[in-house]
Amino acid sequence: MGKLVRSHATEFALLAVIAAMCVFLSLATNNFFSLGNAFDLLNTSSVNIIFAVGLLVVLIAGGIDISFAVAASVVQYGAALILGWIGGGGWISGLLIAGGLGILLGAFNAFLIHRFRIISIVATIATFNIYFGLLMFFTQGVSIYDLPDWLTDRIILFEQEMADGTWAEITLPVLVMAVCVFATWLLITRTTTGRQLYAFGDNPEGARRFGINIGAMQFIAFGWLGMMAGIGGLIQAHYAQEVVPNALYGRELDVLAAVVLGGARLGGGKGSVLGCVLGVLLIAITQNGLNLLGVSPFAFKMIIGAIILAAITLSNTSLEKLLPFMRQRGARQ
Amino acid sequence: MAETMSTGGVKPLLSLHNINMTFGGIKALKDVSFEVLPGEIHCLAGENGSGKSTLIKIITGVYRPEAGAVIEYDGQTFSHMSPVTAQAGGIQVIWQDLALFPEMTVAENIAFHTVIGRWPRLVDYRHMRRTALKALQRLGVALDVDLPLKDYSIAQRQIVAIARALVGEAKLVFMDEPTASLTQSETDHLIDIARSLSVSGVAVVFVSHRLAEVLEISSRITVLRDGALVGVYPVEGMTQSRITELMTGKTFNQQVRAKPVGDEPIVLEVKGLSRPGQFEDISFAVRRGETLGITGLLGAGRTELALSIFGMLKPRSGRVWLNGRPVRFSSNRKAIEAGVAYLSEDRLSLGLIQPQSIADNLAIASLDRIKSGGLLSDERKRRLVDRWIADLGVKIGRQSDAVSTLSGGNQQRIAIAKWLATDPKLLILDAPTVGVDVGARAGIFEIVAKLAECGLAIILISDEVPEVYFNADRVLHMAQGKMAGWFDPRTCSLGQIEAAVYG
Amino acid sequence: MNSVATRIKDLLGPEIAGPGFAFLAVMLFFGFASPQFLSEATFGSVAFQLPELGLLTLAMLLPVLTGGLNLAITFTANIAGLTVAWVLQANGGVDAGIAWFALGCVLAVAVGAATGVVMGLVIAYTRAHPILVSLSMMIFVRGLGEFLTRGGDVSGFPAFLQPIGHGSILGFPIPLLIFIACVLLWHVLLTRMKLGFNTYMIGSNIEAARYSGVNTRKVIVLVYTLSGAMCAVAGIIMLARFNSVRVGHGESYLLITVLACFLGGVNPFGGFGRVIPVFVALVVLQLLSSGLNLMGANQHLATAVWGILLIAVMILRWLAAQLMILNRRKG
Repeated sequence: MGKLVRSHATEFALLAVIAAMCVFLSLATNNFFSLGNAFDLLNTSSVNIIFAVGLLVVLIAGGIDISFAVAASVVQYGAALILGWIGGGGWISGLLIAGGLGILLGAFNAFLIHRFRIISIVATIATFNIYFGLLMFFTQGVSIYDLPDWLTDRIILFEQEMADGTWAEITLPVLVMAVCVFATWLLITRTTTGRQLYAFGDNPEGARRFGINIGAMQFIAFGWLGMMAGIGGLIQAHYAQEVVPNALYGRELDVLAAVVLGGARLGGGKGSVLGCVLGVLLIAITQNGLNLLGVSPFAFKMIIGAIILAAITLSNTSLEKLLPFMRQRGARQ
Repeated sequence: MAETMSTGGVKPLLSLHNINMTFGGIKALKDVSFEVLPGEIHCLAGENGSGKSTLIKIITGVYRPEAGAVIEYDGQTFSHMSPVTAQAGGIQVIWQDLALFPEMTVAENIAFHTVIGRWPRLVDYRHMRRTALKALQRLGVALDVDLPLKDYSIAQRQIVAIARALVGEAKLVFMDEPTASLTQSETDHLIDIARSLSVSGVAVVFVSHRLAEVLEISSRITVLRDGALVGVYPVEGMTQSRITELMTGKTFNQQVRAKPVGDEPIVLEVKGLSRPGQFEDISFAVRRGETLGITGLLGAGRTELALSIFGMLKPRSGRVWLNGRPVRFSSNRKAIEAGVAYLSEDRLSLGLIQPQSIADNLAIASLDRIKSGGLLSDERKRRLVDRWIADLGVKIGRQSDAVSTLSGGNQQRIAIAKWLATDPKLLILDAPTVGVDVGARAGIFEIVAKLAECGLAIILISDEVPEVYFNADRVLHMAQGKMAGWFDPRTCSLGQIEAAVYG
Repeated sequence: MNSVATRIKDLLGPEIAGPGFAFLAVMLFFGFASPQFLSEATFGSVAFQLPELGLLTLAMLLPVLTGGLNLAITFTANIAGLTVAWVLQANGGVDAGIAWFALGCVLAVAVGAATGVVMGLVIAYTRAHPILVSLSMMIFVRGLGEFLTRGGDVSGFPAFLQPIGHGSILGFPIPLLIFIACVLLWHVLLTRMKLGFNTYMIGSNIEAARYSGVNTRKVIVLVYTLSGAMCAVAGIIMLARFNSVRVGHGESYLLITVLACFLGGVNPFGGFGRVIPVFVALVVLQLLSSGLNLMGANQHLATAVWGILLIAVMILRWLAAQLMILNRRKG
């Protein structure tokens, strides 16, 4: 048990913080501790979690991707157009098209990174501008509201009437999210490919000497994120019931913050699916709790920013590091 | 034609011929041949940059040699290897940098070969764990295989690297500079392992430029110089100095430089300095113009002692006087201002800023001296650099070239010049010849002797006993953080100090 | 003569090759493609658009040189602009005196610097990754701004602010003059001052710099502080240009500033990069968008072309490196 805690310190710390917050919010508000609210949290967090597990794979492989959120917007638009051409389609063809387009966009990043040795942050900042600029240019910023019915109809997987007459519902995005989370977990912890990704992120030269195919690693990592971005994009369109070209603009940094809060390391080799999901949930619960506590919505981001800043500062500060600093202070006074 | 030695009719396990390799226009290997017999312990010797590592990378398939190469291994002929064929054939390497994965568990590191392969499969963690435990058992070591590797010390990681090499059916194991970061008892353990491997029929190749430890157990030695084969020799009758001559192509004649320092004023005095767990109750004094040698095994607390004098570590107790005045530095900046300089043992990552220019590396510690009118002056920087480069005889292209383009010896001269430019009273040299070719070491000590003549007080730290014996005026032996004895090179023999240190 | 050439080479460094070629290519392409391109109007629009992005890029440059990033720059600029706006509004709004504006600017720079100090301290003392620290600072500052303005605009400033955003001296737009002054300041800082010297050293190897007696923590705190202060200058210029402040103004510049740094030859890992090539890169970006504008395209297409340009320059650099290896092998 002690070993488990030590090797998953970030996850346990996040769990403890989330638990403490839940206890506090349950006592401080009337509505937090309810099935309806819990389901709501899951429904609203689904898209971010899908993005997050995708980004996690790239971070584990030692890369970073700034372009995935706008890539998701491109996929939304592209998928909506293609579905129109083929006469409507359905969930299966929709997910295949979205996933496929996403993989293509991710593979383009991997191609630039692997073929021309452009480091991932430079390559993806370039593709961020290319994807977003071209999307806005060709769409003129016009949204699509005329989506196929199957895409905009809410699909309720589980529902229960609450005592106050409202309905607690789990909707399709949660199922898709669960499948994506499980698939990512399977990939990175249970398959040889996943372990190679970890090894490549941890020590690229060591991985190379073992004969791991470096190019394949880049294409798998960025392709996986591309696929998740595509699926997440489609689900977001389903959830919002519209396609707005700049709806996901800026989402990349929020997701990045959540994933790293969940213990993934910029630089590679470290990170878990559980931590990643907890990171997204921590932010979602904070926002939800602030809402229920009646805090002005304008203050949410400020508080969340302060929390992340504090979390990063604390998680990077061990006591030994702080002590000499404090001792020096003391000596000078 | 290089000298070769008959293999006595035994068919070699591995033989390479016509190996050529070029990097960016520079010939790294020129027509090299190399043979290893089944079950033998072989030494591959050569200076830094002689092509040893390139040769191993060709044998293990990391690099592909130029056309015409013939590689015969275990009865099969190849034009080049690949990492997969090499591993499948039982060729294993323990790399100098270990090439391990710190974030992964020990089990996964040892049994990593199970996740290699073209097509994705499910990972069998239980099989991995069993494999790892078996490999560790074979070495007679108990480690918790479920902990991440980063929780273990360098020596323990080396054990993991060895265990990794032994899983599967290893027939040929390369150890690339295996003793560089080990203490004596750890080195002894490593040699025992090599011996037992050899007995069980596994061939072991030690790749090293420091052969004292492995000389006694090897049967043959192959020497490379400048990418070419010098020869293959039996170990019988081979001495360290003969190998050095073969590696460098030069002969060395060292003499004890120690001299009396008489009544020169004391520059540094240390009394009862302690830092629990690292060093305890250290007292000594260094006079103007004196070179004090400090030697001892790795982990004897030498570097920590030096860093404490340099203000980068805080001693728990004890006192330090510089030029007769008590000092307690809050940072190394204060120490530098007071006239203390410390040349780091780790030139590659701490001593110099490798990608930056020669000029900037030299000027970094004395920026206040190249100011004019409150701003840094390029002209004054150029003059400062010109002066020191001339004084220390450094060979450079342009001042703006990256310091990483220089050879180890010239880099070390730049590092020394950096500190001399701060006008120090006390210069602490921590392992100044690490990564410096044998041929260039004499030049470094030439400079050290000249500096002492000019009145600098010098502390020379090295785990190579001959270095302090020949170049210091007095030698302090440290063991397990404590002062273990004083030696005067004028009245004792090298063997006496070596016996005390290694015995 | 020779020494003049070396002086110029020293000033620009090897980093100038990428943006230099891009500059020539853009001038040639649009010069032929559009007759109005080589006109005063183009240069007028470039001159007025350059400063906002340019000042923010200067703010991004210092952290990038240390191997970090400052993702909070755009919102720090907004907060600094808000500071000026509030000082003016609290003291008469459109009737506020010039002294109040001066005080507002001082406070704005202090606020910008303060965000930098916090980030710098966290990065220097905890060794947390700068991307994370500045990202959380960005979320915080954006939230703070939105909280204080309730997402709205703040406007209604005295008339004497007009020239700072739109006026000219001897035909040079005032924002451009301020920007050029800041470029020169950064150039001197990086080439002639200890802080600049140490910034490069830290960017390449922070531990080795510490062993050489560099006060690495102080340098990092100062780098982020100066970055924050430069954001404030950008915020004040933006206030004068738009005659209003809104949190989110210039948000899209954030990743463009990083792009401009890389285009200007700054090493993404830190340690190398100069101000003048980055300045040239900024001019190229603005010329591109003005040129495309003349040909009937909008800013979004220009954004995409900026991304393509960055990739093109990176691929050319890769090709040049490959060619060098090939040449050496032949020779």
